Amino acid sequence: MPRIELEYFAQLGEQAGRRSETRETSVATAAALYEELRAAYGFVLPPERIRVAVNAAFRPWTQSLKDGDHVVFIPPVSGG
Amino acid sequence: MNRFLIADSPVDIAALREALLRPGAGGFCAFEGWVRQTNDGRPVSGIEYEAFAPLATSEGQAILDEALARFDITATLAMHRTGYLLVGDIAVWIGVSAPHRDATFKACRYIIDEIKARVPVWKREHYVDGCAEWVECHLVG
Repeated sequence: MPRIELEYFAQLGEQAGRRSETRETSVATAAALYEELRAAYGFVLPPERIRVAVNAAFRPWTQSLKDGDHVVFIPPVSGG
Repeated sequence: MNRFLIADSPVDIAALREALLRPGAGGFCAFEGWVRQTNDGRPVSGIEYEAFAPLATSEGQAILDEALARFDITATLAMHRTGYLLVGDIAVWIGVSAPHRDATFKACRYIIDEIKARVPVWKREHYVDGCAEWVECHLVG
């Protein structure tokens, strides 16, 4: 199965209880991966409030994932 | 050189300003965002900022490029801090130089608004009562 590198920030890091992980998964898209993680960690935020970054670039939810991809789900930002 | 910096320690603001000096620029405007002592009426002891640095840097750079294309400005730089900041510390700094003043104000305003909306940086307010919370202020002042 493809191995995905995940990094977690802000409340997602708190809810996952970790900052990063390598995860083996059979899901095909970023959207399916987020649903898998929601089930695993109980992420409260719905996908409508999240953006997806694959290999440090914003990508659509339909983005397909391949072995070695680095994925970050971006919760609402609060800089400034 | 990347003109949008994510910095995990204090940055020399005078050096940033100096980097924007140009013979053709007749005006300069800076915006500084500071750590305030209250949030929603609750006393704050400090704010912890975290960033997804590679994307924060590229998205920040894209915002500065948009400002250069959109306004009649000469040069611009910005910096956002990460780490634990105390009340009064500079969390974000934006500088713009231009031939005339009007564009510097407009560009500064555009850049801070876009940073707050788009750049992957998050703040966690630490309150004097010992609580700490991730803030969700997407598109809110």
